Amino acid sequence: MTLYDVFDRLELTALGQLISDSIWLFPVVEAGHLIGLGLLGGSILVVDLRLLGLGLTARSPAYLLMATRPWFVAALLVMFGTGVPLFVSEAVKCYWSYAFWVKMGALVLALGFTFGVRNRIVNSQPELEPWLMRVLGVSSIALWLTVAAAGRWIGFS
Amino acid sequence: MSLLPFCEWLAITDWSIALHESLYLYPVIETTHVLALLLFVGSVTFVDLRLLGWVFPEVPVSEVTSRILPWTAAGFLVIAVTGALLFYAIPVRTYLSIFFRFKMLVLAGAGINAGLFHLTVSRGGPSWDRDPKPPLRARLTGAVSMISWALVIVMGRMIAYNWFDCDSQPQSDFVNWAAGCVLGP
Repeated sequence: MTLYDVFDRLELTALGQLISDSIWLFPVVEAGHLIGLGLLGGSILVVDLRLLGLGLTARSPAYLLMATRPWFVAALLVMFGTGVPLFVSEAVKCYWSYAFWVKMGALVLALGFTFGVRNRIVNSQPELEPWLMRVLGVSSIALWLTVAAAGRWIGFS
Repeated sequence: MSLLPFCEWLAITDWSIALHESLYLYPVIETTHVLALLLFVGSVTFVDLRLLGWVFPEVPVSEVTSRILPWTAAGFLVIAVTGALLFYAIPVRTYLSIFFRFKMLVLAGAGINAGLFHLTVSRGGPSWDRDPKPPLRARLTGAVSMISWALVIVMGRMIAYNWFDCDSQPQSDFVNWAAGCVLGP
């Protein structure tokens, strides 16, 4: 079975059919996806702005990371909880969409970078070099903006 | 007073037509509008969460507002300019969209809520500035703000759908009234 067959079958699942058969379910789930984007954006930005020497500069990056973490995780859950049904409902279209694959690639990089690099470094060292903080902040913002922009672009194809 | 004639005039200006027919510029503006949502709604959400006492309980409210709200303002500037351009590209249909009208209404409500907060609630700020959980009025401001911006997002997304468009009659009397549809004889 090829990847295309998998996507084809996903679209034919009960969940996929439920959404694609309804005229309002897709837009409503999509709106939920956008609300999650707002929360996700905020929880990423509070930390990244601080890494760039902006925003809540009187607090340590490690503190802001800890304080925003529940909201970041909640936002990710909303994004997956709404994003997966959206994808399943039009999996075949996504298979042929360049933007979809850019988004998935960027998403894997963004998640890996956030949890594996940024958060680990911020939590492991009490004092961070300014240049290192800037590199972390800029990379994180660039990766997540790519995810969001590519995501929007799926709708244009 | 109807702004319809003005929107009809907007729609026949060269730049409106160029924007509407552009292959990439319109999607680029729309994507920028969505990316600005990250900055605008993202930052205001964390101010709202602080007002609700749900994040940064150790950080004074005034510190959060003074350090975060400038970013909200920057985000608002981008989202308002791109939003105006999106309207300019499709003025008549957007003006007659029930979702767009509801979005503008909620937007105005969110603005009044924010204005009232700065004029009244936060004036007495210093007394509860350091409270992990601010008083009820401040918490209400945060809750109203969060709900408003969520509604603005939902309505904004729905503008793209034509379920209640004036040119797909019949619509209910309420839709025709709220959307300002001009019905033929």
